[in-house]
Amino acid sequence: MFRTVRELVEIAEKENLLISEVMIRQEMDIKNKTREEVFNEMERNLQVMEKAVADSLKGVHSVTGLTGGDAVKIQDYMKKHTPLSGYVMLDAVSKAMGTNEVNAAMGVICATPTAGSAGVVPGTLFAVKEQLNPTREQMIRYLFTAGAFGLVVANNAFISGAAGGCQAEVGSAGAMASAAIVEMAGGTPSESAEAFAMTLKNMLGLVCDPVAGLVEVPCVKRNAGGSALAVVSADMALAGVKSRIPCDEVIGAMYRIGQQMPSSLRETGEGGLADTPTGRFLKEKIFGV
Amino acid sequence: MKFNSVFDIIGPVMVGPSSSHTAGAARIGLAARNLLGSEPTWAKIHLYGSFAKTYQGHGTDFALAGGLLGFDTDDTRMSKALDIAREKGMQIEFIEDSAKTNHPNTVRIITGDGKERLEIIGISIGGGKVEITELNGFELRLSGNHPAILIMHNDRFGAIASVTKILAKHEINIGHMEVNRKDVGKEALMVIETDQNVDDDVLLELEKADHIIQIAKIVS
Repeated sequence: MFRTVRELVEIAEKENLLISEVMIRQEMDIKNKTREEVFNEMERNLQVMEKAVADSLKGVHSVTGLTGGDAVKIQDYMKKHTPLSGYVMLDAVSKAMGTNEVNAAMGVICATPTAGSAGVVPGTLFAVKEQLNPTREQMIRYLFTAGAFGLVVANNAFISGAAGGCQAEVGSAGAMASAAIVEMAGGTPSESAEAFAMTLKNMLGLVCDPVAGLVEVPCVKRNAGGSALAVVSADMALAGVKSRIPCDEVIGAMYRIGQQMPSSLRETGEGGLADTPTGRFLKEKIFGV
Repeated sequence: MKFNSVFDIIGPVMVGPSSSHTAGAARIGLAARNLLGSEPTWAKIHLYGSFAKTYQGHGTDFALAGGLLGFDTDDTRMSKALDIAREKGMQIEFIEDSAKTNHPNTVRIITGDGKERLEIIGISIGGGKVEITELNGFELRLSGNHPAILIMHNDRFGAIASVTKILAKHEINIGHMEVNRKDVGKEALMVIETDQNVDDDVLLELEKADHIIQIAKIVS
């Protein structure tokens, strides 16, 4: 069983396997399940993600009215204009935000790795799909690759905002997505690791400061940022750019930064954006306190 | 390692908005219900840390109630759980507790069904994954994601051997096991996480084994 990204990449390269394949074999082994059973379980998660994106594009709004409708706005914009940031990137942003709008509206989503960061992995998947035309199996493999990297983060650092800030949630999700994009685009396992490292590096220090303690502001837009970064880092890694700091050391840095974060910036809704005049006003308006 | 399955990361499928504050909370509520072995009629729920600060925004309150009602994380009745509990006459009280805890997302549930009473402490460690860290004053580490049997027994020679012998006979594999006692020679708690659900006839056999007082199971 792999404990670090280095071990994961070594297993893949030594045995000439995709990262997703290493993850699939390990899952079959620990759960004592067949390949078909493991694939079917992931297929169900993929269907939930597809439905969440489809629902969001019909336009959803949260009970508080703080979030919703932005995914649709971006899709409409893309029909009328050529987006400056590129079609794939803006499509990823829109679908990531849409998934999180569904989450904020208490719809059904698949946590990847958390609910607050649930937009990034599916958002990027359904956007790069338009350009790479993957098979259904490759789409499922995308989720196994993302999951393999996520497991390393969860076991060596943290994946919840309450424990490590938003860097642990959207940071991890964006990094996981970058690694999965690289594999789908035909990159090597070590290029996946480089993409992962470069995304997480850019997310270090990101705090979790939800307005009124709700998974809405700024969570939906952080999912936008996380997916944009995921696409950029994947391109950088595919171009041959390497992270000077190895992937596992970036995860270690994320862990230590999270430990140093005061609790007011770890999902308590007390600091950061939650503690701005508008943040406090919105909280009072919603809860009356 | 705390996380070993890819589905701990890509999953669970759940009703939003938060994996640790909604899905995790529902799983802790469900663990309390399973350990009680029946539908609770009342619950006093102490919330600590981030749970105490943000439970209303995250729906931690209705998720805990949903778990006590037996709802899974993706049950679309979740957001109505407090109303459903009220209709059923389940009395639930939430207490924002300012006591310091080791983990930011900690909850203590004291619950009962009129006959039995139970107290657990649960923590939500991220991505919907939870651990039960205390049961009726015994420290333990139970994920709630695997089937498990909890055996209250007297701290005597052979108590553990008599249990593992029966499990081996029925070819039930143990994934994680721990034993905890309050004092030497007094009551002790054995926690066994298994790879598959344990049938009731095996439980009956276990109940008759030497030094066993009481057994509860968690189905996964």
